[in-house]
Amino acid sequence: MRARLQLSGISKRYGSLWANAGIDLTVSPGEIHALLGENGAGKSTLMKIIYGMVKPDAGQISFEGKLVDIQNPRHARSLGIAMVFQHFSLFENLTVAENICLGLDKSFSLKQVRHRMDEITEQYGLELQAQAYVHSLSVGERQRVEIVRALLMNPKLLILDEPTSVLTPQAVQKLFVTLRQLASQGCSILYISHKLDEIPQLCQHCTILRAGKVIAEVNPQQESRASLSRLMMGEEPSQCAAVHSPGGGFTRLVVNSLTLPKAHQFGVDLQNICFELRSGEILGVAGVSGNGQSELLSALSGEDRRATPESIVLNSKPIGGTWPKERRALGLGFVPEERLGRSAVPTLSLADNVLLTDNTSERVVYGWIKRKAVAAQARAIINQYHVKAANEYAAAASLSGGNLQKFVVGREVMQLPQVLIVSQPTWGVDVNSAAIIHQELRLLRDKGCAILLVSEELEELFQLCDRLVVIAKGRFSPIIKSSDATVEQIGQWMSGLWPQPQAILKEEHATA
Amino acid sequence: MVVGSPLLALSITVLMGIALFLMVGKDPLKGLLVFFYEPIKNSYALTELTIKASPLILIGLGLAIAYRANVWNIGAEGQYILGAIFAAGVSLTADKQTGRWILLVIFFAAIFGGMLWAAITALLRDRFNANEILVSLMLVYIAQMLLSYLVYGPWKDPEGFNFPQTKTFDAVTQLPRLIEGFRMNISVVIVVLTVIVVYLFIFRSFAGYQLQVTGLAPRAAQYAGFSSRKMLWIALLVSGGLAGLAGGLEVAGPLNQLTPHVPAGYGFAAIIVAFIGRLHPVGVVLSGLLISMFYIGGELAQSRLVMPRALTGVFQGLMLFNLLACDTLIHYRLKKIKGSKQSRDSLKKIQVQA
Repeated sequence: MRARLQLSGISKRYGSLWANAGIDLTVSPGEIHALLGENGAGKSTLMKIIYGMVKPDAGQISFEGKLVDIQNPRHARSLGIAMVFQHFSLFENLTVAENICLGLDKSFSLKQVRHRMDEITEQYGLELQAQAYVHSLSVGERQRVEIVRALLMNPKLLILDEPTSVLTPQAVQKLFVTLRQLASQGCSILYISHKLDEIPQLCQHCTILRAGKVIAEVNPQQESRASLSRLMMGEEPSQCAAVHSPGGGFTRLVVNSLTLPKAHQFGVDLQNICFELRSGEILGVAGVSGNGQSELLSALSGEDRRATPESIVLNSKPIGGTWPKERRALGLGFVPEERLGRSAVPTLSLADNVLLTDNTSERVVYGWIKRKAVAAQARAIINQYHVKAANEYAAAASLSGGNLQKFVVGREVMQLPQVLIVSQPTWGVDVNSAAIIHQELRLLRDKGCAILLVSEELEELFQLCDRLVVIAKGRFSPIIKSSDATVEQIGQWMSGLWPQPQAILKEEHATA
Repeated sequence: MVVGSPLLALSITVLMGIALFLMVGKDPLKGLLVFFYEPIKNSYALTELTIKASPLILIGLGLAIAYRANVWNIGAEGQYILGAIFAAGVSLTADKQTGRWILLVIFFAAIFGGMLWAAITALLRDRFNANEILVSLMLVYIAQMLLSYLVYGPWKDPEGFNFPQTKTFDAVTQLPRLIEGFRMNISVVIVVLTVIVVYLFIFRSFAGYQLQVTGLAPRAAQYAGFSSRKMLWIALLVSGGLAGLAGGLEVAGPLNQLTPHVPAGYGFAAIIVAFIGRLHPVGVVLSGLLISMFYIGGELAQSRLVMPRALTGVFQGLMLFNLLACDTLIHYRLKKIKGSKQSRDSLKKIQVQA
């Protein structure tokens, strides 16, 4: 059979770094082909080359047996190559149909688009309302908009970049059904991921990239998780310690019926959030993004100071209306999910970024910055957390996601917080860095820190947390021990369907 | 790139200047000499250059701080006028018995005047979220009206033959000159000290750090808990204060009296100075010298080349325009998109399917 896509000897160099070094790759019609690799392995560059966003320095691309020189994404689309990006490009205040219409190369009537859309959604079982406004959609639905937009072009090759990073387990399974159906109709799919679990479920072919080179092409269904990760990273990932039971230490943080109206149009109202966080435990907050996580985090961190003082109590002091600096002084650390532009200033050096939260009298005296102390602290973080950076004067934006995250976590942890709030600590982070960050959180917990972990990755939550809670539409579910919870149960709760409090009480009585 | 872009912009400006001189039938070499050689040809010319450059650099330094914080103070001209008015107010009280200490009062009054004017902008922005660009710009015109009112009204010199001007100030209010025989005065020393202080403020002080973080990444400033309101006030008060000081130094230096012609466009030219200087204190000094060459060159062009003084503005404008173009075109490339046959074909295909 003629290959749909054939790459031979694709190379691309950025400065002294070979992002791609002589990559060969063949994708047959109707094949779901996985591209596996750590962040920085060259997956994205390769995709951009196929989609015409980047020109290779050397190598050939043949599509449907013909040698092609892909000029730009428009050219790629006209050949029949479609791509769904990890980060969506949708207008929140337009409807689904309008968004799809805007994304097409040439304009044609909204009616035609709606008609075609209905056909596709029906054919592939993709639930999507053409008239719904994008801001009202969940992340999974937004991704469906992107997929439908891609399918509208009848692609011969569909490229998906880390499509499951924002989906609930149920939504992932739904997506897989769609992808299998697409493949059975002859569409080739190039599936980029660094998640080792989902690849054997979906693909028979898997190309593994490391440092810009093809390391192996394997059938993932005949490989183990360990062998795949060995291929991907060149070494075993550090093994995870077993989850241990809650320490049951002092109560560090109490949130009492925290209720906050949304601050902007597309926000979420927080309704009657109550929980206690004790020293020596990790409490996990699961949920699909956009269900009040960012609102809760801002209220806890002090970026949003509208909460009543008593609704948030840190180490017995009401802090609802205080500034982040006062909260830090009381022992609160916070690692938000956005690194560039929130937990770090992209254009400033790592040393300067230390000062963002670590600006006590050791670093700043009478308003003057102690440059040497700041640089020394940055070096200490770099060394202790194995941050790959040229030196402490490298700009934050020059680091890869994983390395910058290690730096940010290190910065907060080295200030010895009593309560640490962490959001999506491994979002866009390579497997190795993720393992280091997880290990660091466990160590911190064992030293008696109280940790609140907000994440969309259930695997991460189950690995790390002692207790779990689900947030949906701005409300908290009951809190349960993670050893008593199942993925299915949490997945169901994520859509807001959890038993009423009385029912839980009864259950507890029954078991007691 | 940081240094390359302004240098490239300068060379393009020179080339366009040559073209301009050729178009109006003047000798381009003579034209260039007037702008780029005459202002620095001897020690006298150099000292005159410092007189022009001092206010530009002072205002430019303040604006550099404000712009680093993403606070767009466009009304330095108004703050400069208020500084001049306040300085003049103090100077008018001087008489034969007054001591040299009055100079210090003049400085502080000038700084206060500029800050006061900038504070109006800060207050409106802080309280009502009014756009600081528009407010500070419109306040320039109000400042001009206020100046006119004073020199046509209460402050008019009774022995001034009804000209709209104050009396010339007492000698004691005048800045001491640095060298005998030259007009250069101690404002040069004040500028040098200010450059050092601003440098330390931006790169060594925590307040300067907070200001820049607020400008570079507002969300990071929120995360760190830096108050954006406080930064707004600092940015406007510092830039307003320095513009006011520049106005005061002019009154106590070259002007020696208040006339409706106090605003010479320094406040607006300083915006260009700040940007060409890349918002860096040392850069601002260099670009301030360059822009003041344009000022002097424009004046000389009137007598030597019989060309209008508006040439100064033309060169300033060309310089800023070229800088912006260089900055943009270094990072982005123009690309012609053809309505290719391919995309038309793919469109047809979709329509057939639909």
